[in-house]
Amino acid sequence: MDPVLDFVIGHFNTVTYITLMMIGFYAMTGKTNLVKKLVGMNIFQWSIILFVVSLSAKRGATIPIVQGGHGHDAAPVLEAAQYVNPLPHVLMLTAIVVGVATTGVALALLLRIHKQYGTLEEDELLAKIRGSG
Amino acid sequence: MNVHQSALPVLIVLIPLVTAFTLPVLGLWYRPAVFPAALTALVFACGASIAAAREVMVNGPLHYYMGGWAPPWGIEFRIDSLSALMLLLLTVITVLVGIYSKRSVLKEIPSKDVPFYSVYLLMVTGLVGLVSTADMFNLYVFLEITSLSSYALVSIGGGAAVVSAFRYVILGTVGAAFYLLSVGYLYSVTGSLNMADLSRILPGLYESNAVLVAFAFFVVGMSIKMALFPMHTWLPGAYADAPSAVSALVAATSTKVAAYVLVRVMFFVFEPRFSVEMIPVASLLAWMGAVAMVLGSVMAIAQTDFKRMLAYSSVAQIGYIVLGVGLANTMGFTGGILHLVNHAFMKCGLFLVAGAIVYRTGLRTISEFYLLSVKMPWTAATFTVCAFAMIGIPPMGGFFSKLYLILGAIDAGNWTFVVVIVLSSVLALAYLGNVLRYMYFPEELTTGRVGGRPVPEAIKRDDVPWTMLVPMLAVAAGVVLLGLFNGEVVGRFIEPGMPIGLER
Repeated sequence: MDPVLDFVIGHFNTVTYITLMMIGFYAMTGKTNLVKKLVGMNIFQWSIILFVVSLSAKRGATIPIVQGGHGHDAAPVLEAAQYVNPLPHVLMLTAIVVGVATTGVALALLLRIHKQYGTLEEDELLAKIRGSG
Repeated sequence: MNVHQSALPVLIVLIPLVTAFTLPVLGLWYRPAVFPAALTALVFACGASIAAAREVMVNGPLHYYMGGWAPPWGIEFRIDSLSALMLLLLTVITVLVGIYSKRSVLKEIPSKDVPFYSVYLLMVTGLVGLVSTADMFNLYVFLEITSLSSYALVSIGGGAAVVSAFRYVILGTVGAAFYLLSVGYLYSVTGSLNMADLSRILPGLYESNAVLVAFAFFVVGMSIKMALFPMHTWLPGAYADAPSAVSALVAATSTKVAAYVLVRVMFFVFEPRFSVEMIPVASLLAWMGAVAMVLGSVMAIAQTDFKRMLAYSSVAQIGYIVLGVGLANTMGFTGGILHLVNHAFMKCGLFLVAGAIVYRTGLRTISEFYLLSVKMPWTAATFTVCAFAMIGIPPMGGFFSKLYLILGAIDAGNWTFVVVIVLSSVLALAYLGNVLRYMYFPEELTTGRVGGRPVPEAIKRDDVPWTMLVPMLAVAAGVVLLGLFNGEVVGRFIEPGMPIGLER
């Protein structure tokens, strides 16, 4: 098979996250509209969250809940390989909360900017700030 | 291993956190109680960190296991002598800025005092948490608590600050996202998030590409957070447009804490042998610091706005800290950490002065500071002390940290850095001396053409109220004391906290 295609399939999660990250990066740097910048920032954050979650993916594994694991007839020996590592999910859950908070703060700022200057285009905004001294 | 457990590390974090969420409720019920309550919490946090520092000196590092879960599974809080120093610095500065902020907030953002103090305490929570946590992911959460509250604080006054705050949000989030990515990579190869555990596992994995990528993302992320040139673009706007008390707080703390995290991970989670010898990150950082020192100072000279000038000067001073860390020898490390402490005090004092001038006169342009030394003698005196410390005149603190940095550069055999340190100090003399000239000896006096300006005798003395004056003078006294007792700071905090494996 084509070695490039091989690499892409082999590192599917890495390729995906870098692609998404670059899309976000482009939106943050290349767009002049502040809302588009914010969307870019979100894509950037989510790309990393997706990547870290993908680290715990495992073929044929299941959720780390032990059925009938309590009481006297509990299965004493567990194969860790059968279960997905839950920690990256939990960490990223926290990261998602942080991301939501960041988006909230940024949206609140955008509201204030729009109220004060009546625009969210960066070039118009800069002209207005310079104009007012 | 005998581990000294104590609840102090987590108490320092919990006191401001709980108060931050109580204040809005208290504000609904009885608004005048908000400021005293906030200040009490800050004083208690300060007391707790003094107690922690004493314990660390007697018994060694303090540990606290969150929920009783021992590391590496549970979240650990840990205070060693380096973090004790940072905690003392942070809590003392937040108390002083807290006292100062009362009148300043009443004047600049009168209707926002309840949210201001609530977010202020949240920011303190993030700052002390960053310093005392020993868990990489917990550190990310505290990093974002600090950043989110500083975005809110910067924008609280409205005006151009909101646009600066938005720019800060975008760049700050990129920095934090890079940090998160680096934690993800580290977790993927080590399966651990505890710093002490990581430092045990990592040496066997130094050849791994994932560790290299993690380290690279970490350094870039932290460089954004501490505004290392050329990733400083968020800083001048955020510092210059924010309300005065916020500028003083953010300038004194947030970039310093990011520098602390850089040191903690570069030298304690990774070994100096990795971050200095295996990949040349340390020397790269030192060179970037040197560039920041020169260009930051040059840009500061070009400014006409007082606060914007101070902000660019911060970019230069971050360069000193990073240069010291990047030299990666004991002298340079001592100088870097000492400069971190000194600069927090000096820049806090300078921004407090800027706030006092705005409070009394509303002036921000340097060339309009005509004879402020007559109108506001104590404010001008504070400025003089802090400016002398920035330039590096003994016995002020700035002199000794620069001395250590120069000794470190000589130890490293790099004379270019020696020249750069001296050059940047001369440039600091240029931009700070300019302000001193307008304050004390304006041209109009020497040429005898007073023109439309009042003569010195006609200017009424009208300094800021004592609640603003006392914190300013305390910071100025701190700057001098840090200089006089620099041996104590180095001997008690920095030398015991020296990372193992640094070059002499």
